[in-house]
Amino acid sequence: MTAPETSEPVIRCKALYKVFGAEPAELEVDGAGAVDPRIFARDGVVAAVNNVSLSVRRGEILVVMGLSGSGKSTLVRCLSRLIEPSSGTVEIEGRDLLAMSERELIELRRSKMGMVFQHFALLPHRTVLENVAFPLQMRGMKRAEYVARARKMIELVGLDGKDNNFPRELSGGQQQRVGIARSLAIEPDIWFLDEPFSALDPLIRKEMQDEFLRLQSMLGKTIVFITHDFDEALKLADRIAVMFNGRVEQVGAPGDIVLRPATDYVRKFTSDVPREKVLNAGAIMDPPDGGELAERSVRAGERIDAVAEYVLGERRPVAVVDDGGKTVGVLHRDHVIKILFPRAENSGETP
Amino acid sequence: MREWLARGMPPRHRARGVLALCALVALLALLKGAGWMPRFLDELPQHFETADTGGISHNELLPADLLLDRVFYFLLDDLGLSAVTRFVSRSLKELINIFDNMLLGGGKGFGFDAPPWSALLAVAMVLGYALRGWKLSLLCGGTLLYCALSGLWKFTMQTLALLAAAVPISILIGLLLGILAYKRRAVERALLPVMSVAQTLPHFAYLIPVVVFFGVGHQTGVIATIIFAVPPMVRLTLLGLRKVPPEITEAGKMAGCGNWQLLTRVQLPSARNEILLGVNQVIMQCLAMVVIAAFIGASGLGYRLLHKLQALKIGQSLEIGIAIVLLAVALDGLSRAWAEKKRDYTANLPLLARFKYPLLAVGLAAGALLAARYFPVLDRVPRDLAVSYAATWDALVDWIVINWSDGLDAFRYFLILNILAPLRDALLFMPYIAVLALVGGLGLILGGWYSALLTSGLFAFIALAGWWDRAMITAYMVIFATFICVLIGVPLGIWSALRESRASRALFWCDTFQTFPSFIYILPVIMLFQVNDLSAILAVIVYAIIPAVRYTVEGMRNVPRELHEAVTMAGCGRWQRLVQLELPVALPHIMLGVNQTIMFAFSMVIIAAFVGTIDLGQQIFKALSESNIGKGVVLGLCVSFMALSVDHLVTRWSRERRRLLGMD
Repeated sequence: MTAPETSEPVIRCKALYKVFGAEPAELEVDGAGAVDPRIFARDGVVAAVNNVSLSVRRGEILVVMGLSGSGKSTLVRCLSRLIEPSSGTVEIEGRDLLAMSERELIELRRSKMGMVFQHFALLPHRTVLENVAFPLQMRGMKRAEYVARARKMIELVGLDGKDNNFPRELSGGQQQRVGIARSLAIEPDIWFLDEPFSALDPLIRKEMQDEFLRLQSMLGKTIVFITHDFDEALKLADRIAVMFNGRVEQVGAPGDIVLRPATDYVRKFTSDVPREKVLNAGAIMDPPDGGELAERSVRAGERIDAVAEYVLGERRPVAVVDDGGKTVGVLHRDHVIKILFPRAENSGETP
Repeated sequence: MREWLARGMPPRHRARGVLALCALVALLALLKGAGWMPRFLDELPQHFETADTGGISHNELLPADLLLDRVFYFLLDDLGLSAVTRFVSRSLKELINIFDNMLLGGGKGFGFDAPPWSALLAVAMVLGYALRGWKLSLLCGGTLLYCALSGLWKFTMQTLALLAAAVPISILIGLLLGILAYKRRAVERALLPVMSVAQTLPHFAYLIPVVVFFGVGHQTGVIATIIFAVPPMVRLTLLGLRKVPPEITEAGKMAGCGNWQLLTRVQLPSARNEILLGVNQVIMQCLAMVVIAAFIGASGLGYRLLHKLQALKIGQSLEIGIAIVLLAVALDGLSRAWAEKKRDYTANLPLLARFKYPLLAVGLAAGALLAARYFPVLDRVPRDLAVSYAATWDALVDWIVINWSDGLDAFRYFLILNILAPLRDALLFMPYIAVLALVGGLGLILGGWYSALLTSGLFAFIALAGWWDRAMITAYMVIFATFICVLIGVPLGIWSALRESRASRALFWCDTFQTFPSFIYILPVIMLFQVNDLSAILAVIVYAIIPAVRYTVEGMRNVPRELHEAVTMAGCGRWQRLVQLELPVALPHIMLGVNQTIMFAFSMVIIAAFVGTIDLGQQIFKALSESNIGKGVVLGLCVSFMALSVDHLVTRWSRERRRLLGMD
């Protein structure tokens, strides 16, 4: 799940603004691309995206987390240029997205981008197969070829046999599988998902999240994933960007965000998060002290909730090894207990 | 105060506002009664007919008719528009000839022989079966069988040929304008008022400029039909495109659609339901107008009906009327079934299975063609074999006249003497300034200065154009008819809505009755009351009551289930639930129904001039027979403007009320 740190950014935006209620010409931009904030005081002017700078590396999942009205959906639409940003730059693999002509933009979408929508946005008059094949048809692919490709995609998302059904005949989860298959049909490098699982029931949502991780482990796309669900963000993200009122409050790995929230707003989300679900063994281990160790070891990337049972059942400290099997530290039982029961410890201190 | 002027009075002050307005109007009427009203506030110069010359004196303040005359003839003669219209006329004639030939044979068009009726019957039945099933198949077959057996085959085919020419053209124009309006706000802003006027302008008022521009004949009927049928298509196309969820459009863009692909592959198909509903509307409007276009020489069932009605052959008229009604119901059924048809995408069917219905149709038609060679009756039903029951109808009418005429006459006199005449005289007595104050004041209360200017301006046009008294006579008939419609229609709707099965039956009958071309409603009324002023009003009531019932049922049905459960749990009885919940919540929708009733009444009252009225409609008929374009259009506008004022006020109120109830 972790992305190689060295790869170049695939998506990069700098000082991005989307201001509703004001013409782009009215925005006064300083040298760094920042807009004079006085304009936001004007009646009816809303900055849905306010000075956002982000980059997404190849193969990375960036989850943009924010509540409704925080501007996350507008942001992803600026990155795919479904909405024209008011000011700022967006680069896709080093090319300036905002300078592209209509023709180039269409070409880019036909070859590099896929998007999944909150309410599925399936074409009601087309069958599952025709929906999945739609982007391929737009590309002018031959019939036999797109049918074969669409079939493969439908199989990939586990909907074999539903080819000739209409979207209305499917459940919500199945419909979103179609949406996912459609967005993957052209084998895009960049995958935008706009709250893809928000309209689904909790159980189906969990199933779809696992499905998403399974797909990503096979495909390794560069992903911008929008959600309002902090738990979902923690579960899926390589990095999380927390948005509030159009601004990005903090960007960082899930563990970072939970352990070191940058603002009060972010802290509100993190206070209830079970630490063991976010932190991995590497984050809380002690340096190796040469003492007696348990028989089995754990990997540094494993999450605490996955290893807790074993560590707590062991009298001796447990060795933590890296991917190469080398011991990099040890995990003590009381450390794990502290992570699992932070409040119990607090209440013990107060009389 | 500024708030008021911009948006109308806040709801809690409205009762007082209306009261004050009524007091003002009453005061103005009293002033006139007392003889203190200056003449220029009471009455503006009007047209009046000079009996000896049969002409009309012109001393109105705004000679709109003469102006329009000049403009039209300038366009036609000086700008050379006539060359264009002649060309359009000729091309359309060719098109109609082709369809005429395909259905009726003869030397025009491609010069084919006429197909036997039995072959068309077979095709129609297969079509009905393929689209929906046995019921529709029998309806289509029955309709054609009726037309063939009652000796109306030729006229039916003429009507169908006109439809075949008018419907596709209307759909195409409507679709194009709808798309343009969707793409360009300016086009929409320009189209909306034109369409509002076009939809409220009486049918007959259309015919006059069309006759002047395009001459008389089939093709003129088709042109009038197209103009009449395009607005609903535009509206529904626009509505459908607007309703496409933005996500779907975005999904199309992300799939890499170009603009054309986005429109044709994503947006139009997603708006399919509304667009197909538009097609259905176009077909029904076309049928209604094709019947009325008989007045300017369009052939077919309408022409035949007009002919027989003018000769007061009630029995034969009814026969034709039934044919038209059957045709309307069958066409409505077919187009609806087509619109609702689930398309079968299973592309892997064998060829034979995929084309089984077309093959069946061709096979049956070929069989009929062959059979018709040996049994000529299957080719043409000869005149002496045609079944006619006109005599039965005539006998029934005679029986009614003989046995019921005393009672009916007494009823008629009572109504005229005690209600209609006093109401009419009261409206005629009203000084025009009082009426302007009333509509303008209502505009101010409900919508602010813009509404006030609009409504009073529209009425002022009528006063200035010199048709005030005629307009008031039209208004009195509409008011009375609306009153009766609401009195009967709304309680009927409420009663129907009390039980679900009854409600769906009521909606079914509303649907069915609404497909009948409006002209048809005159028939039963003439049968009972002969030709006189009361018949006209009754025809209006019978026609205009449909929306009152329909909207009431719909409004009551749309009250959310949760609210029902909430008031039931609060311990409401059936009656309390009706009064406390259903009526208040359904009221905005019911008012829209009343509005539709008024619109229907305005349109029907002009058609009813055919059976004798002395209002604007009568003058429009005269203008039509004189081909007096300016006068006809101005009269049409007078009707349209009254209707639009009412429409503006009621829809405004209803929309605001819905918003207050949180129902949007």
